[in-house]
Amino acid sequence: MNRPSRLKMAAIHAGLTLLCMATLYPVLWVVKMALSPTDGLALTANPFPETVTLEHFRQVLSGTDAAGRWVFGRQLLASIVVAGATTLVGLTLAVSAAYALSRFRIPGKEGGMQALLVTQMFPATLMMVPIYSILQKLHLLDSLTGLVLVYATTALPFCIWNLKGYFDTLPRELEEAAVMDGASTFQVFVRVVLPLARPALAVTALFSFMTAWNEFILAATLLNDPARFTLPVALQRFVGEHKVEWGKFAAGALIVSAPVMALFFALQKHLVGGLTAGGVKG
Amino acid sequence: MSRWLGLALLATALSAHAAPATEKPLKLWHAYRGGEEMALIQATELFTSKTGVQVELLALPYDAYAAKLTNAIPHGVGPDVFIFNHERLRNFHAMHLVAPASGLAREDYFPNAVEALEVDGQVYGYPLSLKSLALYVNTKLVPQPPETTDALLAMLPALSDTGAGRFGLAYESGDFYFHAGFLFGFGGELFDANGRASFDTEGMARSLAFVKDLQDRRFIPQEASAALVKSLFNDGRAAMLISGPWFAGEIAPNVDYRVVGLPVVSATGIPIRPFLGVETAYVSARSERAEQAHALARFISLGEASRVRATVGRQIPADVAAYTLPEVREDTLISSFREAARHATPMPNTLEMARVWEPMKLALRAVLQGGSEPQDAGALADRRYRALHRERPPDASPLPWLGLVGAMALGGSVWVLRRPASTLPFKRRYPDVAQAVAYITPAAAGVAVLVFVPFAVGLSLSLFHHEAGEYAFVGLANFVDILASRGYSITEPLSFYFTLAVTLLWAVVNVVLHVSIGLFLALLLKDPLLKLRGVYRVLLIIPWAVPNYITALMWKGMFHRQFGAINGLLVALDLEPVSWFTRFSTAFAANVATNTWLGFPFMMVVALGALQSIPQELYEAAEVDGASKWTQFRHITLPLLRPAMLPAIILGSVWTFNMFNIIYLVSGGEPGGGTDILVSEAYRWAFQRNEQYGFAAAYSVLIFVVLLVWSAFTRRLMRSSSEVMG
Repeated sequence: MNRPSRLKMAAIHAGLTLLCMATLYPVLWVVKMALSPTDGLALTANPFPETVTLEHFRQVLSGTDAAGRWVFGRQLLASIVVAGATTLVGLTLAVSAAYALSRFRIPGKEGGMQALLVTQMFPATLMMVPIYSILQKLHLLDSLTGLVLVYATTALPFCIWNLKGYFDTLPRELEEAAVMDGASTFQVFVRVVLPLARPALAVTALFSFMTAWNEFILAATLLNDPARFTLPVALQRFVGEHKVEWGKFAAGALIVSAPVMALFFALQKHLVGGLTAGGVKG
Repeated sequence: MSRWLGLALLATALSAHAAPATEKPLKLWHAYRGGEEMALIQATELFTSKTGVQVELLALPYDAYAAKLTNAIPHGVGPDVFIFNHERLRNFHAMHLVAPASGLAREDYFPNAVEALEVDGQVYGYPLSLKSLALYVNTKLVPQPPETTDALLAMLPALSDTGAGRFGLAYESGDFYFHAGFLFGFGGELFDANGRASFDTEGMARSLAFVKDLQDRRFIPQEASAALVKSLFNDGRAAMLISGPWFAGEIAPNVDYRVVGLPVVSATGIPIRPFLGVETAYVSARSERAEQAHALARFISLGEASRVRATVGRQIPADVAAYTLPEVREDTLISSFREAARHATPMPNTLEMARVWEPMKLALRAVLQGGSEPQDAGALADRRYRALHRERPPDASPLPWLGLVGAMALGGSVWVLRRPASTLPFKRRYPDVAQAVAYITPAAAGVAVLVFVPFAVGLSLSLFHHEAGEYAFVGLANFVDILASRGYSITEPLSFYFTLAVTLLWAVVNVVLHVSIGLFLALLLKDPLLKLRGVYRVLLIIPWAVPNYITALMWKGMFHRQFGAINGLLVALDLEPVSWFTRFSTAFAANVATNTWLGFPFMMVVALGALQSIPQELYEAAEVDGASKWTQFRHITLPLLRPAMLPAIILGSVWTFNMFNIIYLVSGGEPGGGTDILVSEAYRWAFQRNEQYGFAAAYSVLIFVVLLVWSAFTRRLMRSSSEVMG
């Protein structure tokens, strides 16, 4: 491979730096809002705060409820539990279903895959009323289990599509060799296929996690205990009927986004390549 | 009489003190924050200490509160008592959510507060506090508050200075809640004798002309938001402002101010009469402990609780006796607001009122943004109002439909059974079906119950008309109305075809931008020798990691006319600032900019993955053959990217098509619903136009059909691309 010229490299760096700045600019505004003591507004393009205070962060982090419980901690815990369980449940269900859809001949397979995709096309806003009734019938209202099940199943169509697409690209020869060596289908699945599919698993897990971590309308509607609200519900409390508490909202937004950014950072190696978005081979 | 009843209830509640402490607490839901929440907590603690009945409070985000109530109460899992403003009473009443206030004594409260809670002669709920607008005056700048609009107009020139960003008066002029006072002050009426809304009136034209004049002469800021008004007043750049009691807590300690009633309109002699809102404690119709619930609702509306709500929560009690307490009477803020509320017009709790907001907002903004003359705006509002007001379609008989479904089921099963049997037995054709079922069942069960069932319910809702909690079967009437564009011409924003065109434009522009920016960045980033590659990649992925409602809110702020960063940049570059949400083109561009920022990282990552899978040898061979860089890109990169990019593009287009948050939060459909896409239109019919769920579901079904056609088309594309691949 030719070594690109110095000039070209410099141009690429300049271009990328410019685009990164454009990308970061709105984020810096949120940081500025979170750190500024007042939300004093002025027409300025400067995204850096003039005076810095951690007061908004302190207020968001140290909120307590009527009973004096440290609500933020509990809500953080609830968020982690909900998002973690959603990832686990969603991934387990999706992996096994996607593997079967990729490897076995099943009657109605094509139709089923299309039906999954089709559900993504119906706007979610109108599904709330039936979901509420179903959860009540299942005695899963006001429980984190119910919330996790709803999140996991709504994320499933994407997860199954993405994983099936990836499984389709894995050569079957390895599995056949393992069967020759006397491994059962299940052993092949766990020992051979899953390790090979790590990038796709990482991306799918990230997707499930984000679905659960960022959602607030379902969480606020289905749960009745402030200590079990997830963080986005708490964040949404800063948006009132008459006014928005911008400073606290911005601080909360940064706190909510930070773990997802950390996950992106940790998984970025897998992100490229794990995302087949519906399967290269169709 | 009812007072005795109230006492009797209280007595029952008191005797409940003796009940075993294992009883479950009463549930009270609210959306209060800050001081108001604190006051409510203290008031309920007082109740508990007096009666021994525990109260469990649940504070909810305002945006999710109403939906939660309407879902929870009919299912019997709602609160015993909930606090809401009185505007939605008629709605709650129609859905059988609220119980008549059996323990209420009229004489305990201000008469207009009780009137606001009447439905068909029956009072629902216990009035807690009054919310109406008044004039906040910076006493340093305005020693003597104006009593008439003439006096106000005489003062404003000296107090305003556009160059220095100073205004004599500031309020959220684009919001009808704030304008209503002017309308009534100029003698306008919102409803005719039959209770129907009427907009094309003289009072409307005069009030709009007055406000437009204030804005044209730069006495009030344009496109003022709550945050802008607040910062202007706190910086001393707004001498007066119109706001409600909730604003008092926002004022900086170094600003000296007082609150007075709104001035009298000199032309008519009528005071500017703002809407009166009544925060109310409602008892749920489904409460199992109605007596205790009534006792609690009554308790927090009166007596000691009023004192706490006034002093801690800074609320304006609706309780007459509260004003005999020295700490309430001597509180100038509270007594000023109490005075201002005397002239206020109780906001009608009728369904008609709920239909007024959207047409009024349209008219108001059209005038302030220069799209319409004040005298023409009423007709504009009238037109929108009639388009939104759908008469209930005639009931249809569900029998033919049931027959159709039955016939289809029958036909389907006959077809399956009569299908020529395959030469191979089922077991041979699907050798590992038993295993496959074991792998698939858990996921299939979950998806069936929580995805397919709600999906089917959603689809079938489109055949019903929903009004106040009751569904009537109307067959295809909803679809006919939408597709025939009944009530508005095809080229108007409210028509299905206009919205469809906007939606398609929206999807195409976004996907093209996402893919081209994503691909461009991927090409820059693919070189493994590039230094800092990982850093760039992480920074460029950030927008994907931010929840999209946060993205939407921050971009909305950046596009603000007076304080947005984008206009800040334009000014820094010596360009004219742009009023983003007053024209279709700029509002649409703002939406697109936001969604592009949000969506390009996904495409970049997919493209990076796909680029890495292209064998390097192909380029080397092309190099040997003397192909130019461009030829290589055209004939190697693009064709080989296609199989990986197409599915991503299809998925991306579906997501963009239904990207509700961006449209709803950034442009909010401005101007006049022009930038709404199909999914936000469906949302408006479902939640902002009297819960027409059936109509909204019909919209959703149409969205679904459009996407089905699109996916059939793209599947063909994919097939041809895999043929290219061999």
